[in-house]
Amino acid sequence: MIVEIGHYALVLALAIALIVSIAPVVGARRNDAALMALAPSGSIILFGMVTLSFLALTWAYAVSDFSVRNVWENSHSLMPMIYKLSGVWGNHEGSMLLWLLILTLFSALVALFGRNLPDTLRANVLAVQAWVTVAFTLFILLTSNPFIRLNPAPAEGQDLNPVLQDPGLAVHPPLLYLGYVGFSVCFSFAVAALIEGRIDAAWARWVRPWTLAAWTFLTAGIAMGSYWAYYELGWGGWWFWDPVENASFMPWLAGTALLHSALVMEKREALKIWTVLLAIITFSLSLLGTFLVRSGVLTSVHAFATDPTRGTFILAILSIFVGGAFALFAWRAPQLKSGGIFAPISREGALVLNNLILTVSTATVLTGTLYPLVLETLTGEKISVGAPFFNLTFGLLMIPLLLIVPMGPLLAWKRGDLLGAMQRLYLVAGLALVVGLGLYYVENGGPVLAFLGLALGIYLILGSLVDLWYRANFGKLAFSIAFARLKGLPRSAFGTALAHMGLGVTVLGIVAVTAFETEHVLEMKQGMTADAGGYTLVFDGMKEAVGPNFTEERAHFTISKAGVAVADVWSSKRIYTARRMPTTEAGIVSFGLSQLYVSLGDPMADGGIVVRIWWKPFILCIWLGSVIMMIGGFVSLSDRRLRVGAPSRRTKPAKIALEPAE
Amino acid sequence: MTRKQKRMAVIAGGMSFILIAVLLVMFAFSQSVAYFFMPSDLAKNEVSPGTRIRLGGLVEAGSVVRGAGSTVSFKVTDGSASVPVSYTGILPDLFREGQGVVTEGVFTTSQAFVADSVLAKHDENYMPKEVADRLKADGVWKESEGSPTTGAKGSVTR
Repeated sequence: MIVEIGHYALVLALAIALIVSIAPVVGARRNDAALMALAPSGSIILFGMVTLSFLALTWAYAVSDFSVRNVWENSHSLMPMIYKLSGVWGNHEGSMLLWLLILTLFSALVALFGRNLPDTLRANVLAVQAWVTVAFTLFILLTSNPFIRLNPAPAEGQDLNPVLQDPGLAVHPPLLYLGYVGFSVCFSFAVAALIEGRIDAAWARWVRPWTLAAWTFLTAGIAMGSYWAYYELGWGGWWFWDPVENASFMPWLAGTALLHSALVMEKREALKIWTVLLAIITFSLSLLGTFLVRSGVLTSVHAFATDPTRGTFILAILSIFVGGAFALFAWRAPQLKSGGIFAPISREGALVLNNLILTVSTATVLTGTLYPLVLETLTGEKISVGAPFFNLTFGLLMIPLLLIVPMGPLLAWKRGDLLGAMQRLYLVAGLALVVGLGLYYVENGGPVLAFLGLALGIYLILGSLVDLWYRANFGKLAFSIAFARLKGLPRSAFGTALAHMGLGVTVLGIVAVTAFETEHVLEMKQGMTADAGGYTLVFDGMKEAVGPNFTEERAHFTISKAGVAVADVWSSKRIYTARRMPTTEAGIVSFGLSQLYVSLGDPMADGGIVVRIWWKPFILCIWLGSVIMMIGGFVSLSDRRLRVGAPSRRTKPAKIALEPAE
Repeated sequence: MTRKQKRMAVIAGGMSFILIAVLLVMFAFSQSVAYFFMPSDLAKNEVSPGTRIRLGGLVEAGSVVRGAGSTVSFKVTDGSASVPVSYTGILPDLFREGQGVVTEGVFTTSQAFVADSVLAKHDENYMPKEVADRLKADGVWKESEGSPTTGAKGSVTR
């Protein structure tokens, strides 16, 4: 019964979404307040309906109701509760429902927090959100309905794909979708602005928090997915340039560009047309990602099912929305007035360069991802574009961007002083080079490029602080006064510094792991030892164990340094009973930010086993950096400037006098 | 410089960056793209030693031989021809005789294929798409290969 209520709620949601997609637009044209008022209330009810529907499916999973086909296909009564629940989105139908849930969540949030938006803009934005909602609700109901019953009901389910039975996967999709789908708000704002043919700095001020929130969640989601792949797949890699990874990475790159261009628009009213275009591109890439991942054109852990009608349906959604938005853009954009003139060397100029590099590298990733698909469709020839391609192109393109990142915040708006900015960075750049050279000396040589890479990371980390240092005027003013000024800086300044610093930490981790990781593949018998990264591992033997829905062979290793035991680790090979599917559970031990990674191979005839041991220096920096970026995002989001319409706090004249003019 | 000249300089700068990116992409494509082959393709036209390719097919039954250390050799077949492959490292969990695989590597001589990666990933039903397409086209595909023991499931998920 509950499942049927969920199904019905989804159908109702479709009806409401249809109303919200039409009535407010008509209202906005005729200036009819009653019709426009349908948008916010409708969006909130819509969210309620989809939530109800999602909860109904969750309930079916929680109680293992195998009469629902979706539950039967992807769950098992013996699975731990957390995986039963995360199983809701561990399959095609459920994950699309989650997609829809988050889409309507964002509409509801716009309805709730958008009280101070002009009525027509709010009505149009929510209507555009509803168009997307209609498309995806139809998609779910027509091609991917999770509420279909089975008769007779099977006694036992088929289990969730074992590699998805992992706490990381329980949070990865929701986070990723919060980012991915969050960009729909930027898209809706862009389309609404185009419909109205009017756009100004206030528009950018409304869009920026949404972009920032989506970007922050997407950062978290991608980092989570990368960490999951690292420890769960047992290959020790953290990024494979797999098309599905690229699918989430491209909106991130474009979203990063959007974040920066919206800043220019908000402060200087420049780059209006470009920002609107970028907002459309970003969400188009999200839709493209959904298509690549969900349509089954790519074979991967994400392609749960390959049903051609689904692919065609999503492709249709993609073409309608992307094509429609671009057509609208081509028609309306010339009417948007551009403003704000600036010199090439200025904060705006730096942000334009940032946008240029980010969009070109997005295009590079897009080319590498789609080229094999296009080539196969056109000529039938099958090729693979792998990591070497992306490392070469994307890696090289990123270097100039990383070099200018600390300079941007130091340049003034309108007309900047490049020499002055560089002078402020000389010390930091010099320091970074010295540290890099010092490491080179300590490590007794090695690839010079790697040490330059490390220096680049350090330069980014220290460089991110330079802006704060000079704005607070440390070194010129007494420490206590400078510290008071530092505290008075807007939170967005800290957000910027943190995000840029996080980028530096990630770069540091990537360079360290790429250049200095060591890998040993060896046959081990009980009692044998192996050395890796200055640690010694002793293989203590194998043991069998039984989990709730799997059996495993576990190998135990004792890790010692200079003869003293410091840690021990289990590494195992599991067989999941229901699907008879083997998985490798790597054993991972952290030492500071570095890790030892032990994974098991095949048993040998003579009783030994193949063991693969990696030493991963500073690998945790990669994800630590993402966490810092994320914190930067949240700090920036809490800035008063972005809390549109929040009552302004008691003014502090003294502070305003001290704050440097921007 | 006048403002117009400045603007031209900026546009030229942007264009040249894009041009560099395009050239880089073309260069990278020429360097690192691996074409996909099945054993019978290789029988028809030879691939020169040292060229990176992807070789796909089924792991021939009874051909897996474990050598010294973690070196494994096996044959990849598509029913009409087979190619011996050697690989050092840990094979993926789902590597089995009779299963579909995609290996990537180079021919060191005209006969010996040395793979540096072997893919057979993620799902027990997983058949690399390239392999499945070709096996179907060549008529070697058997329903049972795509949907093993669990019965009804195979037909539902595919």
